[in-house]
Amino acid sequence: MSGKKLRVATTSLAGCFGCHMSLLDIDERLIDLLELVEFDASPLTDKKHPGPCDLALIEGGLCNAENVHVLRELRKQCKILVAVGACAITGGLPAQRNNLDVRDCLRSVYLSGPGLAGGGLIPNDPELPLPLAQVHPLHDVVKVDYFLPGCPPSADAIWQFLTDLLAGRTPALGHGLIHYD
Amino acid sequence: MNGDLETAKDATKLRRIAIEPVTRVEGHGKVTILLDDQHRVHQVRLHIVEFRGFERFIQGRPYWEVPVMVQRLCGICPVSHHLAASKALDKVVGVQQVPRTAELVRRLMHYGQILQSHALHFYHLSSPDLLFGFGSDPGPRNVVGVLAAYPDIAKQGVLLRKFGQEVIRITAGKRVHGTGSIPGGVNKSVSPEDREELLRPLPEILEWAQAGVRLVAALHQQHQDLYDHFGTVPSSLLSLVAKDGSLDLYDGVLRAKDHQGAIIFDQVEPQDYLTRLQEEVRSWSYMKFPFIESLGPSEGWYKVGPLARVQNCDRIGTPLAEAARQELLAAAPGHLVHAPLAYHWARMIELLHSAEVIQELLAEPELGGSELVGKGPRGGGGVGIIEAPRGTLIHHYQVDDQDLVTLCNLIVSTTHNNQAMNEAIRQVARQYLDGHEPTEGLLNHIEVAIRAFDPCLSCATHALGQMPLVVELQDPSGQVVARLSRGVEPIG
Ligand code: SF4
Repeated sequence: MSGKKLRVATTSLAGCFGCHMSLLDIDERLIDLLELVEFDASPLTDKKHPGPCDLALIEGGLCNAENVHVLRELRKQCKILVAVGACAITGGLPAQRNNLDVRDCLRSVYLSGPGLAGGGLIPNDPELPLPLAQVHPLHDVVKVDYFLPGCPPSADAIWQFLTDLLAGRTPALGHGLIHYD
Repeated sequence: MNGDLETAKDATKLRRIAIEPVTRVEGHGKVTILLDDQHRVHQVRLHIVEFRGFERFIQGRPYWEVPVMVQRLCGICPVSHHLAASKALDKVVGVQQVPRTAELVRRLMHYGQILQSHALHFYHLSSPDLLFGFGSDPGPRNVVGVLAAYPDIAKQGVLLRKFGQEVIRITAGKRVHGTGSIPGGVNKSVSPEDREELLRPLPEILEWAQAGVRLVAALHQQHQDLYDHFGTVPSSLLSLVAKDGSLDLYDGVLRAKDHQGAIIFDQVEPQDYLTRLQEEVRSWSYMKFPFIESLGPSEGWYKVGPLARVQNCDRIGTPLAEAARQELLAAAPGHLVHAPLAYHWARMIELLHSAEVIQELLAEPELGGSELVGKGPRGGGGVGIIEAPRGTLIHHYQVDDQDLVTLCNLIVSTTHNNQAMNEAIRQVARQYLDGHEPTEGLLNHIEVAIRAFDPCLSCATHALGQMPLVVELQDPSGQVVARLSRGVEPIG
């Protein structure tokens, strides 16, 4: 890498932020990493919308229309798109709702129950993005260049992946770095 | 109170500004503001925009899966969900009190969690606002900028978080989404080698934690007017306290104080939470609005989290943190502190407290014991309440005799703070935006107020209560005469 830093965007769609935590779990290596990369739009910065960038790390699957919009925007802006973690790759735990009807879910959550004052109502403001009937993995909607498995992938796996990429190697996770839990 | 800013009288001619997404918080939220031609603010709302319905699909799963599943609510405080679920499900396996070794291991895990989460929130997410200024250049206003301008502070933050994560890895098996706690106890204790490994960095950790408290206290003193009044709206406070009134983040009874500090209720057992708290739904957010039942929805909202806890308890049981707490209380003699920015101060006091507690726990011989799981007569459900980094976290389950979950109700920390955050941003809008052309720097003021609460919108997204199931009406002899099911009806 000659001087120019790799521009990296990160986002969380229908995920739990655990994959972002695992990225931060590289601990002090974060300081080394920042010599080589700079962040574009990310929950860690105040850039709200991505500009052209080299790499997008995406955690979480797609559970509403907004997620789809953000994903498409990122795909347009980035050269390499990485599905990070079980949710991005398969929908993950949130996809457990796929065998339920989303309308039933909403009704059971907002219309019934002890401790619910005034009988409840289903939130329906135009500011709220519409939930999708099913939770989808990223590759249902855009082309994905790499899949980094794990829930979350370990910090070492993320580190290996990034350093391979930065060195111009095809990323390969060695022994012990691929796991699915 | 800023109730008039919740809904504009006539939204038709107003200009809409959205802060979307809210950044440097965990999870997904947005703020919308409606302004007129003179930039007068008419409406301000923090929306939680995702719906995932976790509680709904946990129904029908075997109960022993739950402590592992619910962690995926939140990757920042997975341990809090892991332990709150375990505590609730202890009752299902008939354990009122887990073995001492299990209790110590769980406590260690939990205080590791508080320490890492508080470090993450302060150093990685919020410190840029406090060190560079709320309206400063957004380019470097992040942890990378802090690393460049204040390398020592940022590095201490990274290493404090690392230490907390290591405590979690050693007790739970994995830094994010471990499996250490199970209904009735834990699945491993702490080996002498692991204990050594955690003790080694402790002197530095304690030193940095104290430096963190000093940093925030100094910021308050330097900018006292700003820190006292920014977004400040008085409210009640809620938290767990130990039975003797001292600070306990792992277990205890519920206590609430009103905005002047008078007790509203105290010594309320976790299983009775529904007798004190209710929730309201509003059309514009997927996050519900809880309130103290006796005060009603408009007066009964409250704050949870560090600022509530350090003022709700009578004392902190570790010396350094208690001294720091006294300093915070002395800054506002005779009344409670309600300033959102004081959350940062309280949070650093708790970070210091966690380091002290971890040190105490590592000195306990039984941390390495071999009695890991308790036994008892099978129960039908339970409530587990814990003080998560962001505040009171309630998990409530019922389990049928096939071992499948039939009810799951969660009220997560951030949901308790829903109204408090909305009040704070309306107050900031009044103080800073009203009548001014909204710039990026001014809009960041709104986010600064939200960040003070350290919301986990990720948790709040999922924590959508799903409630029971069946109400049975019995006649005096115990015969069921009517059965009313409020479960899910098929949509035709
Ligand atoms: S893959 Fe796991 S850690 Fe990552 S966002 Fe999904 S649930 Fe969280």
